[in-house]
Amino acid sequence: MNGNAPTQRPAQAPGVFAAVGLPPIIWLLALFLAPLAVIWAYSFGENRTLVDIAITGNWANYARALKPLYLAILMKSLGFAALTTLICFILGLPVALAISFASPRGKLLLLLAVMLPFWTNLLVRTYALMAILRTEGLINAGLGAVWNALAVPLDADPFTPLPLINNNFAVVLGLVYVHLPFMVLPLYAALDRLDRSLIEASLDLGAGHLATLWRVVVPLALPGIVSGVIITFIPALGAYLTPDLLGGTSSQMIANVIERQFRSANDWPFGAALSFLLMYMTFAALLLQAFIRRRSEAAR
Amino acid sequence: MRAGPLDYLARWPLRLWLALVGLFLYLPLVSLVVFSFNDSRRISVWRGFSLGWYRTLFEDGELVAAFGNSLVIAAASTLISLVLGTAAAILLWRFRFAGKAALEATLGLPVVVPEICLGVAFLVFFTAVVPWPTELPWPLNLGAIIIAHASFSFSFVALVVRARLASFDPALAEAARDLGAGEWAIFRDIMVPHLVPGLVAGALLAFTLSLDDFVITFFTSGPDTITFPIKVYSMVRFSVTPAVNAASTLLILLTAALTALALWLQGADIAKQAAA
Repeated sequence: MNGNAPTQRPAQAPGVFAAVGLPPIIWLLALFLAPLAVIWAYSFGENRTLVDIAITGNWANYARALKPLYLAILMKSLGFAALTTLICFILGLPVALAISFASPRGKLLLLLAVMLPFWTNLLVRTYALMAILRTEGLINAGLGAVWNALAVPLDADPFTPLPLINNNFAVVLGLVYVHLPFMVLPLYAALDRLDRSLIEASLDLGAGHLATLWRVVVPLALPGIVSGVIITFIPALGAYLTPDLLGGTSSQMIANVIERQFRSANDWPFGAALSFLLMYMTFAALLLQAFIRRRSEAAR
Repeated sequence: MRAGPLDYLARWPLRLWLALVGLFLYLPLVSLVVFSFNDSRRISVWRGFSLGWYRTLFEDGELVAAFGNSLVIAAASTLISLVLGTAAAILLWRFRFAGKAALEATLGLPVVVPEICLGVAFLVFFTAVVPWPTELPWPLNLGAIIIAHASFSFSFVALVVRARLASFDPALAEAARDLGAGEWAIFRDIMVPHLVPGLVAGALLAFTLSLDDFVITFFTSGPDTITFPIKVYSMVRFSVTPAVNAASTLLILLTAALTALALWLQGADIAKQAAA
């Protein structure tokens, strides 16, 4: 990582090695990897009684997770995460572009404006969205006031509040709301490094702004776009709070099903299998990112 | 003055887009804060200014206790993360050893593993494998949550401290060693002063991560170990009143203050480096 770092062998300073090595390694093994390993082992087990779980080494929990009922929820989670990522990209690309073309002071202010909601507690942000989307919320109240003011002269029906919450729409909106900064920041980092003269050349040679964006900017910023896409997709896929608070009964995602197995349904082995499926999907996304990055670096 | 071809910020479609995205990001938060001062039970019709909902919060013993719990958990897990994270950063910076790549990969896990997976892992661990006694006196009953928080936040501290270590000049340590300083003296008198900005930034990050965490705490907390976000969640589930807005506003203020402090310290550090 850095050129000047002294790289000693442990034998050259065994006391220091033990002092700085043992605490974090033991903690990681005993209090981070061990809990995950227990879950992993449970995912191959079955419930004997309510609290007694036998680890039998069978794949029944994974097979059950791939049955149509759960496969549908898995697919729905993937779909929500993909749609969220796409919307974040469409919303975020012009924003990132604007930030990268702003003055140094403007850059700082705009970046701060994007980051500020990001630093706000996830629960608070989700609640804030919930409060304005409700039937009695700000949006319906505002629309209702406008509608009813127009309805009297036009002799239209009174306003019926739009169903903005407890459905798939609210979940995707909430996921976009929460994850937009995840997309904007890596996009900005990539666009800021871009060679401006290439954009000017493209415009001089007669390409329009949208054609330049699509055929010059996007290909050049591809590594940053891939990071943005993966960084947005992963947390959106594992989201728990957003579908829990904004979703209805039919818009639950995989994290909500996992929670139910551990808290109300008390089927720990099945919940464990689901959470490892989620983890494997996360790792697959990270591997894909590493693969694309390596290939684009090799192409240079 | 006519805008140049690359003055994208001067073009109205982009300005409109920025304004709309800004509205999307800020309308919910601003309305949340504004209606926390509403003199009514409703959160979408303004009736007049009042601090009544804040008074309700301070009179709610359970909420105040939850806030205390959150602060104790954040402080304790920050302390643990700081020690473990700094040790891990120095280990990776100074030594070359078998299994180093595996350790680095494992340290990166808490950053990428979905929170729900960690949450259920700690739930199982602290109920079935090492049951955390429920009868412990305060604040020992918070131990399970403190451990869970430290487990995921110390790798963030390690990342920050390691970045700071990259600018440490090993010649300074060499010189001290030649002059007869022991390892501990080198660490205390030479490395720590250099690391201070990284340590402060790492500590603030760990503190904020702990204070903000909902999902992992949700699975490790019991009826006697409610934290502030858990309490706010149960308020949200139970009823939507301006009291929830007021509690949320306090949480926003607290995190904003901590983040501003971290940015200010880092900014001061960068300015000092630039001046030197």
